[in-house]
Amino acid sequence: MQFMLLFSRQGKLRLQKWYVPLSDKEKKKITRELVQTVLARKPKMCSFLEWRDLKIVYKRYASLYFCCAIEDQDNELITLEIIHRYVELLDKYFGSVCELDIIFNFEKAYFILDEFLLGGEVQETSKKNVLKAIEQADLLQEVSKFSFSGQSISMVGCDLKKAPVSLSL
Amino acid sequence: AGGRSGRSLTPWPGQQEKLIQQELTSLKATVSAPTTTLRLMKECMVRLIYCEMLGYESSFGYIHAIKLAQQGNLLEKRVGYLAVSLFLHENHELLLLLVNTVVKDLQSTNLVEVCMALTVVSQIFPREMIPAVLPLIEDKLQHSKEIIRRKAVQALYKFYLIAPNQVQHIHDKFRKALCDRDAGVMAASLHIYLQMIKENSSGYKDLTGSFVTILKQVVGGKLPIDFNYHSVPAPWLQIQLLRILGLLGKDDPRTSELMYDVLDESLRRAEINHNITYAILFECVQTIYTIYPKSELLEKAAKCIGKFVLSPKINLKYLGLKALTYVIQQDPNLALQHQMTIIECLDHPDPIIKRETLELLYRITNGQNVIVIVQKMLDYLKESKEEYAIINLVGKIAELWFIQTMNAVFSVGGDVVHPDIPNNFLRLLAEGFDDRKEDDQLRMYAVQSYLALLEEEDALYPQKFLQVMSWVLGEYSSLVTDVDPEVILTKLHSLLKKTVITSETKMWIMAAVTKIASHASCSKIVDKLIQEFSNSLDTCMRQYAFELKHLCEDKALMRNLLPFDGSCNDMVVDASLSFLDGFVAEGLGRGAAPYKPHHQRQEEKLSQEKALNFEPYGLSFVSSVSSSGVTGRQSPTGLSFGSDTSGNSAETGHKETNTLKLEGVRRLWGKEGYLPKKENKVGKENEPQTVSCGSLLAGQMGDPPALRSDQVASLSEEDKEKQQLASTLFIGLGSNAGVSLMGKADTATQKFKRKSKINETQSSEEASDFQDSAASDFGPLLDTVPINMEDCEGNIRTRLRKASLCSSDIVEDNLAFETPQSLKKSGPDDRLPDIRLSQSSLFADSNIEIFQPSRNAQSESASKTPLVPCLSEELEELTHSEVVELCQSDALALYLCKVWTDDSLLLIVFVSNKTTSALNAVNLVFEEAEHFQSTTYQFPVIEAQNVERCQKRVWMDKICTQGILSGSVNYQSEMETRLEFSITLSLVDFIRPMEMTTEDFGKLWLSLSNDVKQNIKMSSSQDSLSATLSTLQQKLKLHIVDIIGNEGILACQLLPSVPCLLHCRTHSGMLALWFRSPCSALPDGLLYQCQKVMEES
Repeated sequence: MQFMLLFSRQGKLRLQKWYVPLSDKEKKKITRELVQTVLARKPKMCSFLEWRDLKIVYKRYASLYFCCAIEDQDNELITLEIIHRYVELLDKYFGSVCELDIIFNFEKAYFILDEFLLGGEVQETSKKNVLKAIEQADLLQEVSKFSFSGQSISMVGCDLKKAPVSLSL
Repeated sequence: AGGRSGRSLTPWPGQQEKLIQQELTSLKATVSAPTTTLRLMKECMVRLIYCEMLGYESSFGYIHAIKLAQQGNLLEKRVGYLAVSLFLHENHELLLLLVNTVVKDLQSTNLVEVCMALTVVSQIFPREMIPAVLPLIEDKLQHSKEIIRRKAVQALYKFYLIAPNQVQHIHDKFRKALCDRDAGVMAASLHIYLQMIKENSSGYKDLTGSFVTILKQVVGGKLPIDFNYHSVPAPWLQIQLLRILGLLGKDDPRTSELMYDVLDESLRRAEINHNITYAILFECVQTIYTIYPKSELLEKAAKCIGKFVLSPKINLKYLGLKALTYVIQQDPNLALQHQMTIIECLDHPDPIIKRETLELLYRITNGQNVIVIVQKMLDYLKESKEEYAIINLVGKIAELWFIQTMNAVFSVGGDVVHPDIPNNFLRLLAEGFDDRKEDDQLRMYAVQSYLALLEEEDALYPQKFLQVMSWVLGEYSSLVTDVDPEVILTKLHSLLKKTVITSETKMWIMAAVTKIASHASCSKIVDKLIQEFSNSLDTCMRQYAFELKHLCEDKALMRNLLPFDGSCNDMVVDASLSFLDGFVAEGLGRGAAPYKPHHQRQEEKLSQEKALNFEPYGLSFVSSVSSSGVTGRQSPTGLSFGSDTSGNSAETGHKETNTLKLEGVRRLWGKEGYLPKKENKVGKENEPQTVSCGSLLAGQMGDPPALRSDQVASLSEEDKEKQQLASTLFIGLGSNAGVSLMGKADTATQKFKRKSKINETQSSEEASDFQDSAASDFGPLLDTVPINMEDCEGNIRTRLRKASLCSSDIVEDNLAFETPQSLKKSGPDDRLPDIRLSQSSLFADSNIEIFQPSRNAQSESASKTPLVPCLSEELEELTHSEVVELCQSDALALYLCKVWTDDSLLLIVFVSNKTTSALNAVNLVFEEAEHFQSTTYQFPVIEAQNVERCQKRVWMDKICTQGILSGSVNYQSEMETRLEFSITLSLVDFIRPMEMTTEDFGKLWLSLSNDVKQNIKMSSSQDSLSATLSTLQQKLKLHIVDIIGNEGILACQLLPSVPCLLHCRTHSGMLALWFRSPCSALPDGLLYQCQKVMEES
């Protein structure tokens, strides 16, 4: 896998993970173009895209788009399942995950991703094992301070309700 | 630590911008403050990551991320490592600062710390620092915890990717990992193996058994339940193994044998209707088609592909098309089975599906369906907006269309093809376009297509085509890496032995053999060839064989002499022959007379014997070596690149094939295809083909109606169209294609028949008259004769147009040839399409404009009697001729004015109505002549005492000193009246000055090959050079570049842009003119004009 992007329906980037060395300028350009392309696609369309010399596999879960770039000979369907497994992991960790969870705890989302995919390859496919590894590290943490204040929620605006990232396929 | 307002979103972008900038400023202050605790630093890092994701510059924090990873406690370290892995790329210099931290953490007793270090190493690590951590990571392969072992393997995989040499010595440890008791560690090691096998599959054949066993266990559900994904056992592992097996079994029957069983089982087990099983199935199918084929498995895989293609799920359909694309070359029949689905996908609303379908069609393109497929691609291109897709597709179209069309042209045109055409074709291939990769692809495609053509044992190709093939094979066959040069040499060798091959073609083939031999190390075929032809009766062949022999003995020289892709490199020719200086000096030393150039001898001769005019005997001074041998001319470079291969000089013959003679060849082919204004055979071929199209239709119309089965009638119109499209797309595909498609083609023509009846009821009688002959000539629609291919294309094209109208998807139809229907339907006045067909004209014209003079002009001209037309103001400013009368009758007068614009000759024709009543329906016709095609201007009405005008742009295509345009004007009065006129166009009308510097002149001069020299006597009035040159400048519109002493240089161009350079020198009352131009006829023409000017003045 070359990179993974998470972005909202409004085109806001929520997570980015690059497995190939690219300059910041290139990254920004790719992100901008790709977000545009994917958002322009209609819901009934194919989840795969040929884009430049890459294959893009994307899937929308509620308000979030998960988008992976793979090489030509890679398997598209299994990439779709990688996305799904990642969503399952997030869902299990956060408990019915929503976009807000990822916004406010994105470092957690990164930790989970790094435990699941390493260097662009699937590292651990067992849900149980991934979460075990994350929890082990989390246990070292003091009492969580990650409750966000009422004020910051109101600042978020109306487009981000706590709607769970739907897992229905 | 406060709230996380920095990370919250605001609905107003402007406010967000401000907020983030504020946040960044405060973060910058915080991270650099010495009092900042690590805990606060951690918080800062998280915010920085967020800011960076939003696209803000946060590099000031990078160093602090490294510090945090170094100094923090576990939680802080974790964030520090995360920030480092997100901020830095693997070549970032700050990364070196991380190495010590990683080394320390790898040695930690805390598992979590080790895990973090391994995780960051697997993502980014400076290549040159690998040795610092490698031993530590190797140790971790023996760690008791599988998670550590797994991450260690993954880190090694990363090292293998960035620096394979550094981990070469631990390959046995990879094997150990492969045999690890934990499936996760084993799975991780497969990443490394996949990579290594990709690079060198033969080195790992011995592991095939192990991979097969592992896959068997996985498929059989022997792994712990943890590895299941939606109750499918370890799908990621399965897919990885399938990919490895595919690479190992490729082209290897024995290795493939080992995996047939497990592949069969994988196919069988993957039954649940879930995406993940389809993922496995897809990989399985790909593996089955990659390895050495087994019919039983192929059958099952084909069924599987069918499931994909027919699936209502769009993702699966896409993959089905992709799989079809993958297997199409091996199994074209599979595409035939699904042709209707493919046709439907061509019009799919999702562009991605369309694109994949086009990719599929691209693979099945052959001579018979290329036009339809290219048309489809062009349609897609028009809709497509994405730049990358367009580039990609354009390349493919060029490839397909270009090579295939040229193949057709060469096979059909054969030896009557004008020699320019193959030369142009090869030049285009050699020079390429802008993109190196694309060029090579095109060349590779050409090589492959020729190899395929030569594969057919008994096929006979025209000599010209064989010459083109051998040149391309010689130049570019080394681009195709999967073909042994020996194979190509064998093919060329067998060609050489055929009796039908002319000796000229043999030369081309020998040149190709020489070129291929220079790339290959040593070859038995070449040795054999040398032996065989060293005793050839053909002196040329013998010469070639000897050359080849000597070159083979000195490989270094050979490579030097024949560099790869050197056909475009300018060959430096030492025109001064300086290497002969020694020889000359020696000769002079022995008392030989010094050499005098030809014109000097001539001049001396002339000045010596002024009393007598020796002009007619000028010939005798020409040295017999000079090949041009015409009075007053010689080739100044002394080198002849002519196509003389009769063998008088093997040296020149050799050079000729090495560097194509491309100068002076007109450019007929552009990237977008044939540039349709020049005369050549291709253009001429269009005519008979379109005609035959008509006769075929006529023939079909006469078919007995019994053929129209009810079944056909019951099909909906749309389906029939699809079937018809299918028959054209899949024509010539697969072994039984001919049989299965015949029926479909029939229904297609029948449908067409019905439509054409409606259109042409009156012409049906006439049509049935020649149905018999047409039917016998063009009977089988699916015959492979290219003429019939054109017919099919004609059918399809009309159909396509209808279809596109139905779907309100209007395709602009700029097609080169119209279908016969539309030609017949068009009225007699609508002759414009004819212009495209008659390619033999001398001039090209366009931009026909008829316009009304402005009100002012009208009233002005009306006030003058008799009507003397004048130019509009804008034209008045340009150089123009006098307005001259062309012809005149009682009612009408025609005037002409030539306007010499910078880029063309404008002919302005004024039609003046001398009567007091309006003239109706005035037609101005430029008649079709040898040099010109007919064009008609219509003036519906010309008011009394009024002038109308029309203008016509003309260029000269074929150079001649004078051309005549004749025409007539007719109008309706009491009786039909007709006036004739003619316009003389001189070469000078098309000559324009060409401005350049003396340096540019020098460069251009050296690059031009066609030259003409002539001495002209100067009359007494033109005693000075500058006076003479200014005469030339005025009369011929030449540009004086420079005058030095008794020499002057001038430059001009023939419109649109053929340069011609002139060098003048005065010498005892003579003016020596020396012309050079890339066009051979231009110097002659200009010389004539110069002489005329000099005589007149």
